[in-house]
Amino acid sequence: MASGTATATSGAAAVRTGSGSRATSPAPGRRAHGRPAPTRRPASAKRRNDLFWAAVFITPTLLGLLVFYLWPVVRTLLISFTETGPFGGSQWVGLDNYAKLFGDARLWETLLNTLKFTVVALLGIPIALVVAALLSTEGLRGVKVYRVLYFLPVVTMPAAVGLIWRTLYNGDVGVINAMLHVVGIQGTNWLSNPDTALYAIAAVGIWLGLGTQVVIFLAAIQGVPKELYEAAALDGAGRVRQFWSITLPTISPSVFFISVLAVIGALQTFDLIFVMSGPTNPAYPQTETIVAQFYQRGFVENQQGYAAAIALVILVVIVAVTALQFRLQKKWVHYV
Amino acid sequence: MSDVATRVPAATASGKPLRPRHIGVHVVLILGAVVMVGPFFWEVMTSLKTLGETMTVPPTVFPKHPQWSNYGKVFDTLPFGQMFWNSTLQTVGRVVGQLVLCSMAGYAFARFEFRGRGLLFGLFLSVLMVPSQLFLLPQYEIIAGLGWLNSIQALVVPGLFSAFGTFLLRQFFLTLPRELEEAARLDGANHWQIFTRVMLPLARPGLVALAVLDVLWSWNDLMWPLVVNNDPTKMPLSVGLASLIGQFTVDTTTLMAGSVLATLPVLVLFIALQRQFIQGIAFSGSKG
Repeated sequence: MASGTATATSGAAAVRTGSGSRATSPAPGRRAHGRPAPTRRPASAKRRNDLFWAAVFITPTLLGLLVFYLWPVVRTLLISFTETGPFGGSQWVGLDNYAKLFGDARLWETLLNTLKFTVVALLGIPIALVVAALLSTEGLRGVKVYRVLYFLPVVTMPAAVGLIWRTLYNGDVGVINAMLHVVGIQGTNWLSNPDTALYAIAAVGIWLGLGTQVVIFLAAIQGVPKELYEAAALDGAGRVRQFWSITLPTISPSVFFISVLAVIGALQTFDLIFVMSGPTNPAYPQTETIVAQFYQRGFVENQQGYAAAIALVILVVIVAVTALQFRLQKKWVHYV
Repeated sequence: MSDVATRVPAATASGKPLRPRHIGVHVVLILGAVVMVGPFFWEVMTSLKTLGETMTVPPTVFPKHPQWSNYGKVFDTLPFGQMFWNSTLQTVGRVVGQLVLCSMAGYAFARFEFRGRGLLFGLFLSVLMVPSQLFLLPQYEIIAGLGWLNSIQALVVPGLFSAFGTFLLRQFFLTLPRELEEAARLDGANHWQIFTRVMLPLARPGLVALAVLDVLWSWNDLMWPLVVNNDPTKMPLSVGLASLIGQFTVDTTTLMAGSVLATLPVLVLFIALQRQFIQGIAFSGSKG
């Protein structure tokens, strides 16, 4: 990060002046009969010293991660082999939960919903690319303002976002249907119509994440060497042509990076479903994602064992889809 | 930053940018901006309407008489002040905890040489690869076992530790020059003194980036607080707002007023620290 190093050096200057108050560093002559110069310590002593300090610095976080993150992964696997009895307490059932899982039509449906969400979410990437390309127009005024405006949804609480869009999507008094009415289109009850609910929510997902993608693409486009465009312009390539044959191939690693993150995020969609759909919604079966199903089983219906098995399915799906993306990238990502 | 790079060539080319060329670009970008900001505009307008005004077909844009009392109703509908405080504690607790713990661990991984460092760091990274659903059930068990359900500790403690934060700050420490540490060591400073007096001030941009991301993630977090705290007086705002859905006694106007109030703190922070927010999120590449 170029900007990182720049700020680091300015920070260094501040430290040097700031530490003047504790300038107890002795003159070179006096150090000789002070303590032995630390540099002359044998390497093994430095090692032991480093080990001691590393333990002091790392142990708190290590313990926290072990207790709250690493052990839970193992524990989730163990829970997935158990079943909670009707009076609490759990018993070992081996692979029963997994056997049930494969025959569970509900699970397959939520998995299909999740994949639909993910495919729609990917449509946000071309939109973000177009916005970033327009924002990198040479000499364009107001780039900063646009960037802030496009970024606003990113900093907004998803629970609030869901409430806002519920109002906009409302079938009877929503502003979206009112606008459609003006152009002669009959709207619907977007969030409770089983045919539209998933796409309506996925559109909000795109809206929510667009700012992040634009900012990253913008930075990537800024990094494309100017000479490439000059050469292309000499060859008579217009702006659109330049975008296709120079910008896009050059920033393809960023596009890949964003698509991996967008897919991982979309596969774990929960907040928007929880706020914009919910079990009482007639369209809930068409919108329930696999994470929503995990939440439902684990924390509403008290089937921890089954929920744990679903969590492992989520892991497998994410790993598989990400691996597929890494495989496909060889066909379209160009590393300079 | 980025805009400087785009502006410089234009300024040197002809003194003033040729703007008529850009009208088409502006039209598209402004239309896009309306889609991005319009929902917030509608949120604020709705929060100031009477219930009757929200039901008119076609809808009116501006409220005839702004109903500021809708904002008061939020506090009658929910223990909103308490929830606001819970969100604040959750956010401040996690941010401060992670800044302290992750900067220590990140520094150690960047600078200390010890046996098994690579292995240990790999273990940290492995946490980053695992989707959060795999932590949730056991984390719940642990919090329940400690008797912490419906408490502030439940909201804060698991969020004190972060593999991501450790990784981010390690990367940042690696970019810093070693010379200053050497100088401080020659002056007889020990590792702790070097870390707190020399390295932490230098690492400020990295710390700010982590803090910004943590604020965003903590303030907006929904699933974890939903799972551990179901007592309204212990909920953060995200869960409080979500709990209003489907309650037919709550007006849209009140919901919108609540949404405005719940999003305002992070919004204000974003306006104040735009550059840090955008850089932080560009670094992590995601919001959650």
